[in-house]
Amino acid sequence: MSDRLNVLKTYKLYVGGKFPRSESGRVYEVTDSKGKWLANAPLSSRKDARDAVVAARKAFGGWSGATAYNRGQVLYRVAEMLEGRRDQFTREVAEAEALSKSKSAAVVDATIDRWVWYAGWTDKIAQVVGGGNPVAGPFFNLSSPEPTGVVAVLAPQESSFLGLVSVLAPVIATGNTAVVVASENAPLPALSLAEVLATSDVPGGVVNVLSGRTAEIATPLASHQDVNAIDLAGADEVLAKELEIAAADNLKRVLRPQPVDYAETPGIDRLTAFLETKTVWHPTGSLGASGSSY
Amino acid sequence: MAPVFAYAPAPESRAIVDIAPSYGLFIDGEFTEAAEGRVFKTVSPATEEVLSEIAQAGSEDVDRAVKAARRAFEKWSALPGAERAKYLFRIARIIQERSRELAVLETLDNGKPIKETRDADLPLVAAHFFYYAGWADKLDHAGFGANPMPLGVAGQVIPWNFPLLMLAWKIAPALATGNTVVLKPAETTPLSALFFADICRQAGLPRGVVNILPGYGDAGAALIAHPDVNKVAFTGSTAVGKEIARTVAGTRKKVTLELGGKGANIVFDDAPIDQAVEGIVNGIFFNQGQVCCAGSRLLVQESIQEELLESLKRRLSTLRLGDPLDKNTDIGAINSEEQLTRITSLVEQGEAEGAERWSPACELPESGYWFAPTLFTNVTQAHRIARDEIFGPVLSVLTFRTPDEAVAKANNTPYGLSAGIWTEKGSRILAVANKLRAGVVWSNTFNKFDPTSPFGGYKESGFGREGGRHGLEAYLDV
Repeated sequence: MSDRLNVLKTYKLYVGGKFPRSESGRVYEVTDSKGKWLANAPLSSRKDARDAVVAARKAFGGWSGATAYNRGQVLYRVAEMLEGRRDQFTREVAEAEALSKSKSAAVVDATIDRWVWYAGWTDKIAQVVGGGNPVAGPFFNLSSPEPTGVVAVLAPQESSFLGLVSVLAPVIATGNTAVVVASENAPLPALSLAEVLATSDVPGGVVNVLSGRTAEIATPLASHQDVNAIDLAGADEVLAKELEIAAADNLKRVLRPQPVDYAETPGIDRLTAFLETKTVWHPTGSLGASGSSY
Repeated sequence: MAPVFAYAPAPESRAIVDIAPSYGLFIDGEFTEAAEGRVFKTVSPATEEVLSEIAQAGSEDVDRAVKAARRAFEKWSALPGAERAKYLFRIARIIQERSRELAVLETLDNGKPIKETRDADLPLVAAHFFYYAGWADKLDHAGFGANPMPLGVAGQVIPWNFPLLMLAWKIAPALATGNTVVLKPAETTPLSALFFADICRQAGLPRGVVNILPGYGDAGAALIAHPDVNKVAFTGSTAVGKEIARTVAGTRKKVTLELGGKGANIVFDDAPIDQAVEGIVNGIFFNQGQVCCAGSRLLVQESIQEELLESLKRRLSTLRLGDPLDKNTDIGAINSEEQLTRITSLVEQGEAEGAERWSPACELPESGYWFAPTLFTNVTQAHRIARDEIFGPVLSVLTFRTPDEAVAKANNTPYGLSAGIWTEKGSRILAVANKLRAGVVWSNTFNKFDPTSPFGGYKESGFGREGGRHGLEAYLDV
């Protein structure tokens, strides 16, 4: 070891494409599995959560309105940038999850591949879950999936990076914008992912990352009237029930916590969970009462 | 304007339907009394005549029905899909055979015109059973993976506006996917569901696969909260939908909700006016406006407001309100006294808030529950009649200048069920349809339904889709 003193990083939130400290001015200590201090992470407040929702709503029009091809390109760009920071994430995940360096590297590789997998879905999901309907009448109609809006994502607690990406990427791949609550005890990979997103053509506000106490941040998100959906992956049973009850106030789409092996290739459930189906009708022949037709 | 030619009455005969003086609950293949012995009366909204006395389900009955459905589930779900399909095809055919009888029954119990039950409700009811019958042996190919499994017992609560159609939307996909059901029809319209029980008997459907529990909200709440119900499906008000979402929180129950709406019907200056007027009338006066996806907010481009309103008023003056069993009737009775009170109160608020009320000259029958087709102008987005779902024949007219303004106003509601677009410009249809936050968008038409087409809401209009391949998902473990 050289006697050079290394430069520590101040981890910050990621909201609206910027890196603010918590509005509350609070931080909490993040340690590795042996209790060694790693960093002070921002301890987000209710106000931070609300700011993040405002940013996510503001970004929704542009992101959902981008072509699916464009969203795929942007997501793939994230994977490229992740690859370049592979060593950094390997170290952070190893510390966060008490993994050996080789195991951590494997997790990071899987995470990058997961991101690429979802990047490829952006312009395919519409054909898989949408389509023309054979109506019994002189009409043409088409069902297409559309993003549901602003999605609050409680990242899984144990899988700080692969789990995080497995729940975040499908949300934004389909055009939603996200407010992510990072793993409470292991938030650093999520906060570093934000740095990657900020430099990857992902428009500011599409992903917002908060660190802190999951229960404290999740409660205002679940009851927020401008949040359209919530993924409860990172909530325990008691909290999940409370949040689901709060979510009923504006009939948020709720994805309940479920046992998931994040190492497995996922299905499309997490893509479809945050999609609406819109059916658009148009007459093909007779124009109704007048009897005229094309 | 007095009609030049009056129409002679053309009443449909009610002799085709034989309504018994009383009905029981339908549990495990048999009609049975309610455990607590309670009964209620169902009346014809057009005449207030008591049609029949119905056993009223309570929580004990819910428990019995769920147990029967659970017992039946084992065999029903294990049947080869092709066999389940044949039961559903049988049901569809029997509905067609008895469709005249059912149409008259539905009109008597609900108050909607025979023209609608005969030409819209019943054909769609049969079509839904036919459509989902065909899925029963093709579930492996539905895109939910190989061998998707049913959920178990489905608890279903349906509204009074389309009693038999809502039953079909709920029961057909549930049975096709191998679930068994306990269905609670609305207290004001229980009869067609009980006649459906008889159709199940004629079709030889195994006992317990379909159970029908007429009753009030308490029975619905007990059904939804029952620990042995695996799937909850509800169509009705947003307020009750929220209550249901709270009830199922923290459980494994899968839930779909089809809730209220405040649909915008947007008419651009290049729209074909006569056709748009027909669409507006269909959008809000079909089924007396008691339609969750009704086009209850008319958004007219300012430059054509005068011309359109003139045409619309002229058209409304030709609508015939009266005996629902008369084949010439366009507007039937409001479903219940309670609903009439709600409509009346919201309309009075509209006037109090300064909107301008207009109705055509329209004589209301002396008995029964009636409300004349009503139009409000000078409506702003803040008015309650522009925000709350009225669920009656009441249209609020607002204006806009640009397509962006139309979209912003259309989306300015917590609901997101339906919308209409009237324009001759294709690119405008697609651009506007893209921006509307609604589950179904009708362009140059309105209120069209088809079993192949997914239907359901964005935002507070609920979650899940009914109809089409999407409708299967609600009843499969995926």
